[in-house]
Amino acid sequence: MMSRTTLDLWVGFFVALGLAALVFLAMKVGNFSGLNNAPTYVVEAPFDNIGGLKVRAPVKSAGVVVGRVAGIRFDAERYRAVVRLELERQYPFPRETIATILTSGLLGEQYVGLEAGGDVEMLANGDAVAITQSAVVLEKLISQFLFDRAAEGPAPASK
Amino acid sequence: MSGLLAALRRIGAMTVDGVWRLGFAMRFLVAVLMYSGQSLRRIHLTLREIYFSGVLSLLIIVVSGLFVGLVLGLQGYETLQRYGSSEALGVLVALSLTRELGPVVAGLLFASRAGSAVTAEIGLMKATEQLKAMDMMAVNPIARVVAPRFWGGVISMPLLAAMFSAMGVFGGWLIGVVVIGVDDGAFWSQMQAAVDFRYDVMNGVIKSVVFGIAVSLIAVFEGYDCNPTAEGVSRAITRTVVTSALAILALDFVLTSFMFRGQ
Amino acid sequence: MSTPPAGQAPLVSLRDVRFAYGEREVLRGIDLTVHRGQVVAIMGGSGCGKTTLLRLIGGQLRASSGAVEVEGRELAHMRRAELYALRRRMGMLFQFGALFTDMTVFDNVAFPLREHTELPPSMIRDLVMMKLQAVGLRGAHALKPAELSGGMARRVALARAVALDPMLIMYDEPFAGLDPISLGVVGQLIRRLNDALGASSIMVTHDVHESLLIVDYIYFVSEGRIVAQGTPDEIRASTDPFVHQFVHAEADGPVAFHYPAPAIDTLLQEGRR
Repeated sequence: MMSRTTLDLWVGFFVALGLAALVFLAMKVGNFSGLNNAPTYVVEAPFDNIGGLKVRAPVKSAGVVVGRVAGIRFDAERYRAVVRLELERQYPFPRETIATILTSGLLGEQYVGLEAGGDVEMLANGDAVAITQSAVVLEKLISQFLFDRAAEGPAPASK
Repeated sequence: MSGLLAALRRIGAMTVDGVWRLGFAMRFLVAVLMYSGQSLRRIHLTLREIYFSGVLSLLIIVVSGLFVGLVLGLQGYETLQRYGSSEALGVLVALSLTRELGPVVAGLLFASRAGSAVTAEIGLMKATEQLKAMDMMAVNPIARVVAPRFWGGVISMPLLAAMFSAMGVFGGWLIGVVVIGVDDGAFWSQMQAAVDFRYDVMNGVIKSVVFGIAVSLIAVFEGYDCNPTAEGVSRAITRTVVTSALAILALDFVLTSFMFRGQ
Repeated sequence: MSTPPAGQAPLVSLRDVRFAYGEREVLRGIDLTVHRGQVVAIMGGSGCGKTTLLRLIGGQLRASSGAVEVEGRELAHMRRAELYALRRRMGMLFQFGALFTDMTVFDNVAFPLREHTELPPSMIRDLVMMKLQAVGLRGAHALKPAELSGGMARRVALARAVALDPMLIMYDEPFAGLDPISLGVVGQLIRRLNDALGASSIMVTHDVHESLLIVDYIYFVSEGRIVAQGTPDEIRASTDPFVHQFVHAEADGPVAFHYPAPAIDTLLQEGRR
C-alpha cells in the first residue's frame, strides 16, 4: 500500500486532468454559449415556409452570429410558421429589419439572416419582424426551372 | 411441444429473476445512499477508491481515446473529402465523441477495467468472510466497503469520459491536420460553430454521470450479492461486465432519445 | 480453571433456541449457558449448526423461536445501533481468520481501534504492538496476510479480535487446519487471553483433545440438539455412547457413517441407480 500523500497526489492529478479535459471540451471544442448567458431579447418572425430550419440554428447579420432560433411553432389561423428569434441585447435591430431564411453553401444548414432597415425605432422584446422572406425550397426551384424550360420548348444547342 | 413449454418456462423464470434482482439492486442502492454520509465524512476512503477506479484506468482510457480519434479522423476524412467538405472533419470527430463515443466507449472500458475489479474485490471479501468479520466488529460493511467504492466510481467515470473525448479530438486533429493536411483554422472554427456547450458537451457529461452511477451500482451489487465461492466470484465478475455493457447501451438509447429529439 | 460463581447471572444464555435456513431446520431447541470467566466449548460433527450458534449469539442471525440473551438482554428486540454497541464488546475469530487482505498485519489489528476510538496514532501503535506481542507476532507487523502461515494468520486474527478488550470472545473452529504445534500454541493463547482479559470465551470446534485441556465446560451438539454436556473430567469419564464415539473418533455409532438413504437391495430390485 502506497503512502497517503502519494495517493492523494495521484488523485489530485487525476481530478485536475479530468477537469482540464472538460474545460478543453467546453472552450476549444464547443462554443461555450451555454455559460456566457449574454442578455437577450426575443422577436417573432412569421414565414410562409421555413424549409429545413431547425431550433437552435444561428441567426446571422452580415455573416456574424447575433442570436439563435429559440422556437418554431405553427400558426393555425394564418397557416404560417412563426419562428422565435433570440437575439443578443448588444445588437439592437430597427423595426424594418428583413428576416430571410438562407442556406450556407448549396447543401449546408439553414439559418436566419437579418438585414437591417432604416427605421429609427428599434425592435423590442416580443415584437414581430414585419418583412420576411421564406426559405428557398430546392425541389420547387428545380421543378420551376424544368417547367420554364419545357415552356420555352427544346432549347437551341448553342444556348 | 414440451420443448417449447420448457423454453417458455425458462423465459418466464429469467424474467422473474431479472425483475427480482432489479428490485433488490434498487433496495441496495437505497442502503448505499443511506450509509454514504458516514463514509463520505471519511473522505480518504473514497479518495482511495478514486485512485483504484480512476487513476488506474487512466492509461487505457487515454490510449483508447487517442486511437478512436485517429480512426475517426481517417474514416471521416475518407468520406467527407468525397463531398469536398473535409474541413467539416473537426465537426464530425467532435460531435461523435462528445455526444456518443466518449461516454459510451469510456463507460464500457470503465466497466471492464474498474467495475470488474470492484466486483472481484468485494466478492473475495465476502468469500473469505471479511465482510462478516467487519460486521461482527460493529463496522457496517456497506458504509465502510461498498459506499466508498460506489462513490469512487461515480466520481471517476465522468472525468474519464471527458479525458476520452478530449484525447479523441486530439487524435482526430493529429490525423486530420498534422498528417493529412486539413486546414487548421477551418478544423477548429467549424468544430466550435457546430458543437454547442450546453447541447452537446453537457449532454455528454450527463450521460457519463448516468453511466457511472449504473456501472458502479452494478459492480458493487454483484460483488456484494455473489455466491461466496471462487466460482461465485468469477460469475459475478462476468455478470458485472455483461450487465454493465447492456445497461450502458440501453441507457444510452433512452438518454439520446430524450436529449436529441430532432426538431 | 474457574468454576461458575454461584448466584451470578450468566453472560450468555440460550433457552430453547430454534433456527432454520428456509425449510432446513438446523437448531431444534438449544439450551446453553456461559458464565463470566469461563471458556466453553461447543462440539459436534461438521455441519451440525455450531457456527450458526455463534452467529446467533453475535446477533448476525435471528432465532426462529426461543431466547438468546447476552448480559440478560434479549438480542431479538435490539435495534441495529444497540446490536453494534454490544458487538464492540465482543470479539470473534473466524474460521480462516478473515483478515483484511489489502491491509498489513498492523493495520488489521488497528482496524477496530481506528474505527471505534479517537485515539491518537501513537497510542494506537502502542496498543497494537501490545496485542501483537501477546500473540507473539510483534515482529510480523509489517507483513501482509498473504505472507503468513495458517497458524500465524489465526493468531493475528486473535489479536484483532481482542483489540478492544472484549467481554466475550467467540472462536469459530480455531484449530481447523493447524499443525500440532500451532494447535497447542493457539489453544494455550485462548486460555491465557481469556484469563488475562477477564473475558469469557465460546469456542466451536471438533478437536476434542485440545479442547479438553483448556476449557471449563463442554456442550455436545448433534442434529440440532444438545446431546451431552459437562466439565472436561465428566466428559472423559462419560459412558454416553455419543460422547464415547466422539472422544474416541469411532467411524460408526450414534452418528451414522451413511447419509440416510434407501437400502441398497431395494434399489437393485427396482433396477435404478
